[in-house]
Amino acid sequence: MAAPRSQGLDSGQLLLICAAGMLTIAGISHTAAAGLADSRVAIGFGVLIAAGELARLTMPGNREVAPVSTAASLGYALLLDVGGREATQSALQVVAVMSVGMIAGALPHVAVGRPPRLDAMARRLLAGSLLAFAYRPFAHSLYDIARTTGDWWPALGVMALLIAVMLAADVLIAAALRAEQVRTAFGVAVRDEFRMAAPLGAAVAASGMLLALASHSMDLTALPAFAAPLLVTQVAFRKYAGIRATYLQTVRALSRVTEVGGYVEPGHSRRVSQLSIAIGRELGLSEPQLLELEYAALMHDIGQLSLRDPIPGGATVLTDPVQARRIAELGAEVIRQTGVLHGVADIVRRQCDPVGEAPPIASRIIRAANAFDDLVGASTDRDRAAAALDRLRLDGGTEYDAAVVDAMARVVDRLMTRL
Amino acid sequence: MRELPWPAKVYSVALNLAAVFLLAHCVLVAGWMDRVEWPTLLVLALLFLVCESVPTLLNVPQAAVSVSYSAALAAVVLVGPEGAALVGLMAVLSVRPGLPLVKRLFNGAQFVICGYAAGWAFETAGGVPGLPQITDFPGILIPYGAATAAFVVINVVLTATILLLVGGVGRHQVALRSIFQFLGSYVGYATFGLLIAGLWATVQSISTVLVLLPLFVARWALGHYHAEQRSYDATIAALCQAVETKDYYTRGHCTRVSAASSMIAEEIGMGTERLRAIRYAGMLHDVGKLGVPTKVLQKEGKLTEEEFAAIQLHPMRGLEIVRGIDFLDEAFAGIMHHHERHDGKGYPMGLAGLEIPEFARIIAVADAFDSMTSDRAYRKAKPLDVAVAELLKNAGTQFDPIMVSNFIKALGRDGWPLAQTAPEPPGELAETTVKDHDDPTMPIQVVSER
Repeated sequence: MAAPRSQGLDSGQLLLICAAGMLTIAGISHTAAAGLADSRVAIGFGVLIAAGELARLTMPGNREVAPVSTAASLGYALLLDVGGREATQSALQVVAVMSVGMIAGALPHVAVGRPPRLDAMARRLLAGSLLAFAYRPFAHSLYDIARTTGDWWPALGVMALLIAVMLAADVLIAAALRAEQVRTAFGVAVRDEFRMAAPLGAAVAASGMLLALASHSMDLTALPAFAAPLLVTQVAFRKYAGIRATYLQTVRALSRVTEVGGYVEPGHSRRVSQLSIAIGRELGLSEPQLLELEYAALMHDIGQLSLRDPIPGGATVLTDPVQARRIAELGAEVIRQTGVLHGVADIVRRQCDPVGEAPPIASRIIRAANAFDDLVGASTDRDRAAAALDRLRLDGGTEYDAAVVDAMARVVDRLMTRL
Repeated sequence: MRELPWPAKVYSVALNLAAVFLLAHCVLVAGWMDRVEWPTLLVLALLFLVCESVPTLLNVPQAAVSVSYSAALAAVVLVGPEGAALVGLMAVLSVRPGLPLVKRLFNGAQFVICGYAAGWAFETAGGVPGLPQITDFPGILIPYGAATAAFVVINVVLTATILLLVGGVGRHQVALRSIFQFLGSYVGYATFGLLIAGLWATVQSISTVLVLLPLFVARWALGHYHAEQRSYDATIAALCQAVETKDYYTRGHCTRVSAASSMIAEEIGMGTERLRAIRYAGMLHDVGKLGVPTKVLQKEGKLTEEEFAAIQLHPMRGLEIVRGIDFLDEAFAGIMHHHERHDGKGYPMGLAGLEIPEFARIIAVADAFDSMTSDRAYRKAKPLDVAVAELLKNAGTQFDPIMVSNFIKALGRDGWPLAQTAPEPPGELAETTVKDHDDPTMPIQVVSER
């Protein structure tokens, strides 16, 4: 996915980082003035937060997460007692411990030249603070109930409820940021973020509650005992994220064989895929759909490898329809060989179908993006782009989907303005 | 399921008998039936059953290793060795359709023995079964560690033995390596058992839900990881084959070079990660070949220097294509230098001897071997012994002698299952080339222009 990271932070992210920065200052200065309550516990949790931050990972879609750090933050915010002694830290002290731990954990990364995503860190801090401010005022009464009656269920219920609210808020913030960042609809972004956050969020929430409860009966032994299993979860997610990234890199890289072989213009596959994704976002496709679209767009010309000699210039918009259809069939056959990417194969197979045959939306996008790139290429000339768009519109919605062409016009207009 | 060999049968029957004896001993122990906390035992048994019913499929053939023993270990702490043995018995009932009775009995027996042994280790190391109190921590870590060690060691030994008896030595080595690889995560999961036990005093059965949730999420992620990994391997193979479709005779070359390279790498004792990397390197070594114009490959007779230069460029082209794939790392060197020669007369850099990266020395041997043992438009495939003789002849000049001898050793043991005999190309449809730049018996002739 075209990650527009290098373009700096947008306004939403700046707002978030400022809020987190102010919280940090308030938390640390308050704690410095009032003194650290129960320093042994604070240090124990702070160390765990730092370790979790050190072991942060990047999930598909360039999302930075630090499950162990988040779970430790939740645990510290939710803490009722440690080995029978009541936990009395204030919400601001929770914020202070969290921010100091996070900064300490980020330092080694900064030292080796891998700066953290400030917005992701700010989000983690804000989510934890939110929970702390909502929960700490009740902590004392909840502990009283648990201690006098031996009944931990009310505490457990409040914890679960507040964590659910907090996670929902976090998803909404993430979705708002993402919608602004990659220019997609807010509703789609919420669904995407929820899909990504749900499994890890459930694990982190359960671990956070576990940690708060375990500290009651296990004292600080809970910290290492709990950290090891969550690390296993984290290892699993790291592997998963790693293979996802590698997969994308590999398809991107190997899609270039058609260029090296002289079948298409240099950069053609890459440009078509980027344009297709932008159009797909404009049309409100979800992330799994966008991934299939990207794979299909990258490999849409792979069928040409089976041709005896490259078509001069490789411009399939100018080749005769029969030939283009054959290339699409051959390409789909190659992708079908994988035995897994059936959706992608179908998209590639139907990339030349006229609108009347109701091809999948992804096929229609690729068809229009491919034609546009054949006409315009790497050029950034406004007039040339406008002429190409006019030519696609001219056909009147039989070959090219009018809605797709309109979305493309908006995307192209935006890209050209930015340059 | 295929019939078990008789030593495996004897072994499994003996194990079952031992388990039955242990269980009888547990139940008949004086007063145990009255002392035991039945509700606790029941919840733990249920938990074990759930874990056992959805095992993580590891890449170990025939052995689906499940993390259910966190429940068994919790039982060790809460209800002692007898209870742990009873909890382990639940493996017989696990809801896994298609699991044959023999395996069920074996799993059950194994968990009974492991559970009892862990309980014994727990008590021997000074632990007292029952609800852990606040004062027990962190002292309980020592007996719990002993119990975990006993459980894991016995579990691994019992499983490895049955794998050895069923599958023969070669597979046993692979399985054992994978088991040790996952030992680390086992220890991580084992602490879940301690958490269940530690939380029992506070929130009873809800602790199992809280503990199970991260566990299932981890499994969910691992499952997706394995699915993606398989999908990735299939995709990379399909794309490499697409590059080869143009030339009828070299189809499948990339997969065979990948297989042969990994045979050599395994023989010289490469670790799992590097093994994986060289498989991909072998697969991708010729992706740059597409940059060589078809007319050069189809030209009869000698090539001009310019045309030969186009061929010599293909390793660099390949590198250029795959450079964007981060994890390949060492594989890059293998792709770039796979046409270097031991005597320094290769291309593109003219490196010699040990200057050539290890991956490249391996791929060079595998590449030439597959070229010789496959049909070409201008000749039939050579028999294995002729190809091996050719490798030996060129060892020390073109090839690294160490790689050649290791490859021959691996070939002698495992054979070459992928020998390809292409049927005649179906007429005009297929393209063929008259040259193969990989074939050491037919070096490309270049006319000097000077």
